[in-house]
Amino acid sequence: MTQSAPPTTAASLADVRKSYRSGSFALDGLSLECPEGRILVLLGTSGSGKTTALKLLNRLVTPDAGRVVVLGREATAWDPVELRRRVGWVVQEGALFPHLSVLDNVSLVPRLRGLPEPGCAERGRELLALVGLPPERFAGLRPLELSGGERQRVGVARALAGEPALLLMDEPFGALDPITRFGLRREFAAWQRRLQTSVVLVTHDVAEALQLGDLVAVMDRGRIVQSGPPAEIRERPEPAFVRPFLEAAGLL
Amino acid sequence: MSFLAFLAERRAELFALLSQHVVLVLVATLVASAVGVPLGIRLARSPSLARPVLAAAGVAQTVPSLALFGLLIPLPFLGVGPRTAVVALVLYALLPILRNTVVGLQSVDPVLREAALGLGMTEAQRLRMVDLPLALPVVLAGLRIAVVLTVGTATIAAAVGAGGLGAYIFRGIATVDARLLLAGAIPAALLALLADGLLGRVERSPRPARAAAALVGGSVLLLSVAGAAAHRVHERPIVVGSKNFTEQLVLGELLAAHLEARGFPVERRLNLGGTALCHAAVRSGAIDVYVEYTGTALLDVLKRPPSSDPRGVLDEVRRGYEALGLVVGRPLGFDNSFALVVRPAAAAAGLRRISDLAERAATVRLGLFGEFLEREDGLPGLQRAYGLRFQTAPTEMDLGLLYEALRHDRVDVVVGSATDGLIAVHGLVVLEDDRRYFPPYEAVPVLNARRAAAEPGLGHAVDELAGRIDAAAMRRMNHAVDGEHRSPAAVAREFLAGP
Repeated sequence: MTQSAPPTTAASLADVRKSYRSGSFALDGLSLECPEGRILVLLGTSGSGKTTALKLLNRLVTPDAGRVVVLGREATAWDPVELRRRVGWVVQEGALFPHLSVLDNVSLVPRLRGLPEPGCAERGRELLALVGLPPERFAGLRPLELSGGERQRVGVARALAGEPALLLMDEPFGALDPITRFGLRREFAAWQRRLQTSVVLVTHDVAEALQLGDLVAVMDRGRIVQSGPPAEIRERPEPAFVRPFLEAAGLL
Repeated sequence: MSFLAFLAERRAELFALLSQHVVLVLVATLVASAVGVPLGIRLARSPSLARPVLAAAGVAQTVPSLALFGLLIPLPFLGVGPRTAVVALVLYALLPILRNTVVGLQSVDPVLREAALGLGMTEAQRLRMVDLPLALPVVLAGLRIAVVLTVGTATIAAAVGAGGLGAYIFRGIATVDARLLLAGAIPAALLALLADGLLGRVERSPRPARAAAALVGGSVLLLSVAGAAAHRVHERPIVVGSKNFTEQLVLGELLAAHLEARGFPVERRLNLGGTALCHAAVRSGAIDVYVEYTGTALLDVLKRPPSSDPRGVLDEVRRGYEALGLVVGRPLGFDNSFALVVRPAAAAAGLRRISDLAERAATVRLGLFGEFLEREDGLPGLQRAYGLRFQTAPTEMDLGLLYEALRHDRVDVVVGSATDGLIAVHGLVVLEDDRRYFPPYEAVPVLNARRAAAEPGLGHAVDELAGRIDAAAMRRMNHAVDGEHRSPAAVAREFLAGP
């Protein structure tokens, strides 16, 4: 038997550096790991480098130095298009294509992967149903006809339609009112448990990180300040940055 | 006669000109789109390249149309006719299409563009599925501007013999006939409104890509039907040309009608924008025959020194033209020399000869057409011959407007021609050329020698008109057009029918 055991790590960064033209470091020796089937949350203020870290995982950003491994392979060994079709991508505020119907947005990735046509729409409908948007009502609508929460749901459905082994989410519940956000988060946790998808999620919302994360990595200025299970972060916060961060969010 | 009756009488010609106009607009905007959209897509990806190319397209748009024609006509394959007009119109239509394509693509939300890549689109898929659909409204707005602009600018096509509604406008100006002018201008304006409305509907349609594709498809279909129809009736006719003033229009119609009466199929490309254009056209074979004046041929075309001997000038022109591949026919019978024309009141006050101008030169306002400033037998020579020193710079204007300006006291002396009908119409006075400065300007047909050799009987048929048109007859015909607002074609037919 030469078949290797399934990788237990869905994605990892090892000592990754990335600087932008201004000379400032977006990432300054960043290392992290997302175990398979779990949710890793990158928590940080804006400018902490968390979105840059996320984009390394689907090659929207190329590192200056360090190793990026995704789904058992070096990121540089992947064809970027192939990689992105296997890794789901949820963008802030949905980033839905305004000229396509809700259903066409959701069926986009299966279609890009060349799945047979009736199957793509079928898959799109299933996912709309999964994220709580009855397809008979929502399939034909345009993104502009949806509420903010509905748009976020479509964004998640679009990312899940390609049956990704890894899901990357950039502030997926960002622009929502607190009640909608809380409910959607709970629903999302349930979908994730059902599908057992590995997730890397970026947020600046401390409560969201502690609610959703199996692991939470707190970032500041391109480095990990503290990482561990939410309970550990909550009980023994790193004093210089994490504690004030939690306090400011009213969680201590 | 009411304006509507006037239009009804000319409906066949109006429809033909309108069709030519539509074809010019469609061909020019289709070509401009086929060039502009792909080029715009390329430029949107490299802003450093976009800036100089857009600037160049902007400069092309600022070149005045007549200057552009002057540059294009000598080029091989272009010459006089629709091709040159289309090239010029494409150059004008390119900028809005190009610029809107670049701007439309560059203004697609970068978040959406990144999302497209993040979801696994290739660059080509992103262009087709995201960039172009989202830029489409802006691209279509550019196309709409280009089409409306082209409907307007296509009126200048008539200046190079490409026809279209501009033919009425130019003829209207040349013959000072407001009805003709409006018969060209109103349909052109309506056409522009129609195109604007149609493209506006495409822009607002729920599926603009499909609507635009239908429109392009429809245009191509229409053009191929028109092309096939044109091809079927194609038989190489004798192409008669003329310059762009009343007398030339009458002479063009006269030649054309006479040749038709002799059984030749004839195509009219009248109203070409000047001597240089007509000469280039007859040499290239774009037109087969037009009427030239011996003085013009000697001085402007052959660039020889002036002479006041009619016989000698004709012989010299005939020899010079032979070397250029042209045949000069026999004189038609009148001499259309330059004439300095004044209001009757001025003549009554003692201004009768050109030499009388010398003492009045300090206050006299002179009106003339631009060509006269540059001519060998034009203003500089006239000033030398008579010792004239004008204090006021002469006013340049279109030939057709000179007499209006004179009558309304905007100028005191205009440079016209001895056979101008408006001289008789308004009772104006021609100053005597008492020092015999102006050379003879006998009207002679000029034929393309190859065509004359290939069409037996053509030269003979043209020479049948020799000596038949004297100065009085020519002035009467010019008057019939300028003063009585009759069509040059009708006046020519009536003359040929004889008294």
